[in-house]
Amino acid sequence: MAKVELKINGKAHSYDVEDRTLLVNLIRDHAQLTGTHVGCDTSQCGACTVHMNGVAVKSCTVLAVQASGADITTIEGMAKGDKLHPVQQAFTECHALQCGFCTPGMIMAVTGFLKDNPKPTDEEIYHGLEGNICRCTGYINIVKAVKQASKAMAK
Amino acid sequence: MHTFSYVKATTLKQAGELLAANADAKLLSGGMTLIPTMKARLAQPSHLIDIGGIAELSGIEAKDGKLTIGAATKHVEVAKSAVVKKAIPALAYLASQIGDPQVRNRGTIGGSLANNDPAADYPSAVLSLGATIVTNKREIAADDFFQGLFSTALGAGEMIVKVVFPVPAKAAYEKFPHPASGFAMAGSFVSQRGKDVRVAITGAGPGVFRWKDAEAALGKKLAAASVEGLSVDATDLNEDMHGTKEYRANLAKVMTKRAVGKLSGK
Repeated sequence: MAKVELKINGKAHSYDVEDRTLLVNLIRDHAQLTGTHVGCDTSQCGACTVHMNGVAVKSCTVLAVQASGADITTIEGMAKGDKLHPVQQAFTECHALQCGFCTPGMIMAVTGFLKDNPKPTDEEIYHGLEGNICRCTGYINIVKAVKQASKAMAK
Repeated sequence: MHTFSYVKATTLKQAGELLAANADAKLLSGGMTLIPTMKARLAQPSHLIDIGGIAELSGIEAKDGKLTIGAATKHVEVAKSAVVKKAIPALAYLASQIGDPQVRNRGTIGGSLANNDPAADYPSAVLSLGATIVTNKREIAADDFFQGLFSTALGAGEMIVKVVFPVPAKAAYEKFPHPASGFAMAGSFVSQRGKDVRVAITGAGPGVFRWKDAEAALGKKLAAASVEGLSVDATDLNEDMHGTKEYRANLAKVMTKRAVGKLSGK
């Protein structure tokens, strides 16, 4: 067993977990934050994307114990009270989701991407979101939302 | 995933000792290949020795015509590094094309080389540039390091500490990624240092290899037309539902021509 002490969305947590526990399982089963999804469980689809110390990672491919001491942000930590994060707002307005399963991971990936690339071209958006799959294939509106969020965040 | 014991090493010495003491232990840094492999139960190490936090294993430095990259340096760091972009821009470009952003945020150069996946990107740069792999025990030349499908010269208890790249006059990397997986169906890293031109092909065969006919031709004249009449020997190349041996041989040639076309220096 391993002791994992970490911050999730600004709040300190401490858990005793098996060494093989994945970060996504700690988030969903122990912290009971189920907004982070498990899609493929093979690090391809990106539905489990969260931020670890401000950087987008696939939480199904990180051991919980590797995140000990880290600062984790999940989709639940993005809005400030009733005010959605600009990326969430843009996804809502552009209808950048169909079934919504990939959306939390997509929003975390987009937020990470825009930090590095605040004014992306379409090509840069395609390359920047290669780690996330939308099985409804709703990419056109996702790309629109990224551009809208980029404008909103530049203001 | 089978159970294992997790140990966080804080120094290189401690990691080496843990590795030597446990025959079935594996080193963990980014875990971008190891964790999926364990989840699929294709590996079941007794211990995972986490070397991600060892300061001596990280960092990028350019000095005296050499670029040194620590084994636990992440792909994103190489891709964004001003030092790498200045010394070997093709290497920064290669790193920016590995996997996807989340994978680049965790995966490391040492992990990629030690794993030696036949479709990995880094082995082509290391072999083409004639880099030296520095381990906790010795220095290994790139030409001796890669030994085919997931095999390297690393012995028991041995771990990569850093990779030293001689800075070339010119270099370029081009790959044809599989549209779904993103892995190279074929990739070619071409570099020139003095009169020496080296061409390393990844993705097409069971392991990275040098295309020596192309090297000789490009050594005489460094132009895409020099490889026009040549062909990669398809005998030992990979063949699967994605492409035949001959298809991959042709792709390797096309990628080489494209790489020659975009050769850049520092």
